[in-house]
Amino acid sequence: MKRHLLEAADLDRDDATLVLDTAAQIDQALAGREVKKLPTLRGRTVVNLFYEDSTRTRISFELAAKRLSADVINFSAKGSSVSKGESLKDTALTLEAMGSDAIVVRHSASGAPHRLAGWVRGSVVNAGDGTHEHPTQALLDAYTIRRRLGRLDGVRVAIVGDVLHSRVARSNVWLLSTLGAEVTLVAPPTLLPVGVGSWPVQVSYDLDAVLPKADVVMMLRVQLERMNASFFPSAREYSRRYGLDALRLAALGDEAIVMHPGPMNRGMEIAADVADSVRSTIVEQVANGVSVRMAVLYLLLGGASS
Amino acid sequence: MTTLIKGARVLGGDPADLLLEDGRIAAVGGRLSVTGATVVDADGLVALPGLVDLHTHLREPGREDAETVETGSRAAALGGFTAVHAMANTDPVADTAGVVEQVWRLGRQAGLVDVVPVGAVTVGLRGERLAELGAMADSAARVRVFSDDGHCVADPALMRRALEYVKAFDGVVAQHAEEPRLTAGAQMNEGDLSARLGLTGWPAAAEEAVIARDVLLAEHVGARLHVCHVSTAGSVEILRWAKSRGVQVTAEVTPHHLLLTESCAESYDPVFKVNPPLRTDADVQALRAGLADGTIDAVATDHAPHAVEDKESEWAQARPGMLGLEQALSVVVQALVEPGLLDWAGVADRMAVRPAAIGRLDGHGRPLTPGEPANLLLLDPAARSVVDPAALASRSRNSPYAGRELPGRVVATFLRGEATVLDGKALR
Amino acid sequence: MAGSPAPVPENPSTVLLGAADVARVVDRIAHQVIEKAGDALPDVVLVGIPTRGAPLARRLAGRIAAFAGTAVDVGTVDITLYRDDLRMRGVRALEDTLLPAEGIDGRLVVLVDDVLFSGRSVRAALDALRDLGRPRAVQLAVLVDRGHRELPIRADYVGKNVPTSRAQKVRVHLAETDGTDEVLVTGA
Repeated sequence: MKRHLLEAADLDRDDATLVLDTAAQIDQALAGREVKKLPTLRGRTVVNLFYEDSTRTRISFELAAKRLSADVINFSAKGSSVSKGESLKDTALTLEAMGSDAIVVRHSASGAPHRLAGWVRGSVVNAGDGTHEHPTQALLDAYTIRRRLGRLDGVRVAIVGDVLHSRVARSNVWLLSTLGAEVTLVAPPTLLPVGVGSWPVQVSYDLDAVLPKADVVMMLRVQLERMNASFFPSAREYSRRYGLDALRLAALGDEAIVMHPGPMNRGMEIAADVADSVRSTIVEQVANGVSVRMAVLYLLLGGASS
Repeated sequence: MTTLIKGARVLGGDPADLLLEDGRIAAVGGRLSVTGATVVDADGLVALPGLVDLHTHLREPGREDAETVETGSRAAALGGFTAVHAMANTDPVADTAGVVEQVWRLGRQAGLVDVVPVGAVTVGLRGERLAELGAMADSAARVRVFSDDGHCVADPALMRRALEYVKAFDGVVAQHAEEPRLTAGAQMNEGDLSARLGLTGWPAAAEEAVIARDVLLAEHVGARLHVCHVSTAGSVEILRWAKSRGVQVTAEVTPHHLLLTESCAESYDPVFKVNPPLRTDADVQALRAGLADGTIDAVATDHAPHAVEDKESEWAQARPGMLGLEQALSVVVQALVEPGLLDWAGVADRMAVRPAAIGRLDGHGRPLTPGEPANLLLLDPAARSVVDPAALASRSRNSPYAGRELPGRVVATFLRGEATVLDGKALR
Repeated sequence: MAGSPAPVPENPSTVLLGAADVARVVDRIAHQVIEKAGDALPDVVLVGIPTRGAPLARRLAGRIAAFAGTAVDVGTVDITLYRDDLRMRGVRALEDTLLPAEGIDGRLVVLVDDVLFSGRSVRAALDALRDLGRPRAVQLAVLVDRGHRELPIRADYVGKNVPTSRAQKVRVHLAETDGTDEVLVTGA
C-alpha cells in the first residue's frame, strides 16, 4: 500500500484485493465477539477533518478507528477556526503539530486530499472530495458485491443516475474495472461527463435495456436542485426514465442485487419497496463500510511509519 | 548618454555594432568606434526590438501585496520588455481617466518600461454600461486598448456599441472571450481529464462562440477587434476564417498556452490554474501554427501575479492566473524558435512590432535602424537555466515554469537608449 | 533486476528434526495433552497461531482422536492485529481467526505454535483470547523452544528444547505449508 489513499484510480488489483481480503479477515476476527475492539492502533491519532456535513461517513470512519484503538479527533469545519478563514494548509499543519498520524478528509473541492498529502507527513485518506472520488465507498461497494456474489471478475454492474456530479460513481468505475467487473453507466446524457468515452465502461441512456443483463444495480442519489439547472425537466420524468421501482426490479435476474451509497431519495431514484427488498444491500453496505475502513486504516497506519 | 553595443546579431543576422545616442539609434554598422561611450560586449547575442506586452496585470492600485507597478515593471524589463499594457481589473477598476492616469504616472516614476494603461470597457467591469472611454483616451495616459479582461463583455448589444464607439479615437476592444453561462464554476479544460479529475469543465466552445460572434459584429460595424489569450484550435480556425474575409481582427496567445497542457492539472496544484485554462496538446500545436502563420498576431503574457495565500489552497478556491513576463521570451524560443516555426524576425514581429501596432504605440516595435527610438534587448540564445521562483523580480511566486529548464537569457534591455537591464540584472 | 548482486549462498543449515522426528514429537505432545486433561479432554480446544501453528493444531487433534477416541475442537487465532512490534515491521496481510461455534468460554484452550522464542507472539495470542472469551485455563504447546525469552512465559508442552544463539534462525517446515516436515537451524 502507498502512504495515502487519495483515489481508487490509484489502486492496482493487488492493493485493492489486499484491502478487501483484510476487511474480510477483520470481519471474521470480530464475528460474534462481545469486545469488538482490537489494540492494533493504540497510541495512534486519527483526525476526521470534515469540511462537508456527512454524518454517516464520519461515524463510519470514527467507529473504524476506535475499533482499532486509535484516538479519534473529529474536526468539523463549522464552528472552528476554519469558519474564521483559516486555510486548509494551516489547519493541516496545526493538526499535525498536535500529533495526528492520519487525516481523514471530506472536502467540497476536488483534489483537496491531494493538496493535503503534499503538506503533511502523516497519511491522508480521502473521505470524498468534490465531484472527484470517494475511494472507501467504492471499496465497501466492491466488498459487498464480493460477499453477496462471491466474485468481482466478470460481474456486470450498472451504475445509474447522476454520474456527472458523483464521486461515488467515479471511484466505482475505476475500482470495479480494476477488479475485473464490467461497468455500464446509465444516465440521461446531461448527467454524464463530456469525456466519459475515455472511461473503461459502457454507456447507456436506456435503463430498461440494461437491467436484465445486470448482476448489480447501483443507484446514485439525484439532487433535486439539478432540475433547476435543466439537467432534466422534472422529478417525475427523471423517476419514470431512470428510477428503480418494483416493476423494473422484476426485470432483474434472480441473483441480482440493488445497491445505494445513501442517503436515498425514496420515490425519486429508488422506490421505497425496492430499497427495503431482500435484494437491497443498503444496510449491509453500511456495516461493511466499517470493516473496509478498518482495513484501510490498518494497512496505512499499522506498519512502520515511513 | 552614449552606448556602443559591439557585435550584436540584429534579428539573428551578421554581427554588427549599434550606437545608441540621445535615446535613439545613431548608427548601425561594422566596427563603430566612439570615444566616451559605454561599451557593451554583445558577442554571440541576438538584438531584438524591445518587447511589447498587450496584457499585463500589475495589480496596483489594490493588490500591492501581489505586485506593484514598480515590481511588475522590473520583471518586464528583465524579460526584455520596453512597454507593457496594464490591465484594468485593479481596485479601484481602471474605468476613469483618474485611475488610468495614476497607473501611467506610477509607470513613469518606476521608469523601467513604458506602462500603458488599458481602460475598462464597462463601469466596474460589470458588463452593464460603457465606462467613459473617450475621457480615458483623451487623458495623459492616451488609452487606446479597452478591455474588461477577467470578464467577458457578454452582452452582444453592449459589445457592438463598444466596438463602434472606440472607432472615434482609433481604439480597440480587447475581448476576454468566455461565454459566462457555459463556464459557471469552471475549473479546467472540459474533456477526458476534467471528467476524471472531477473538476468542472471550461468548454472550448465557450471561447469559440464569443469569438465567432465578435468577429461578425466587428465586420458588421467595421471596427477593430482584438481577442485576448486565444487558447483553442477552434478559435484559431475562426480567426483564420475572419481574417480571410478581411475582418479587422487581431489576436494574442500567452506563453503558457504555447507550452503547457491541461495535464498539469493532474497535480491539483493551482499554480496551473488559469483562465482560459490550459488545453490539450492538439490545441498547443494549433496555437503554435497559428502564431507562426500570422493568424495569431502577438504573444501577450497575461502576467497575473497572485499572493501566496491565493494559490496555496484547494484548486477550486485558488485564483486563476500565472506569472509570465520574465519567461515569455524563453518560452517562445523553446516553443517556436527551436522547432523552427519562427525565426528571430518573426519573434520581433509577434512580440514587438505587431503588439505595438495593435496598441498604437509610436515609439515601440520599430526596426533597429538609425534614427529609430533605442528600445531594444540583447538575448543570449545559447544560455539555459532552471526557473527558480524565489529569484524572480515579481513580488509573487506563482510561476508555472518553476523547476523547468528553459532556453535563452535576456542580457540587456534598453529603454530610449538607457539600460534598464545589464548582465541580466535590473539597474533600478 | 539490473545491478543486483549475485545470490548469496544459503548459510549452512543443520537439520534438527527430520520428518520422522516431527511425527514422533507430535505424538508425544498428543499423549501429554490427553494425560494432563484427564476427564476434561472433551473441553479442550486446540488453537493454532498462524501460520504454522494452525496445521500443527490440526495434526495434534488428529493424533488425540487416534489415541483417545475423542474429537477435540480446533481453531486458529490470528495475532497480527495484537502484535506490539507492528511499528517496527511492514504491514502484513491478516490470516484466519476461526473458533468453534460454541466459543471458548469455560474451556481448556491449548495454544499451539511452532517456535517459542521471545514470547511476544504468545502474549499477543493471550491478548486476543481475552477479547474472544474467558477460557477456564490456557496452556501452551510448541514444537521447538529455542530460549531467549523476553517475557515470563513458559510452555506446558515442548517438542524439543534447542539451545541457540540469538543470531541463529530456527525454521520449521510443515508439509501443509512447505511441502515437507523438518526443523532447521541456520547460522552461526
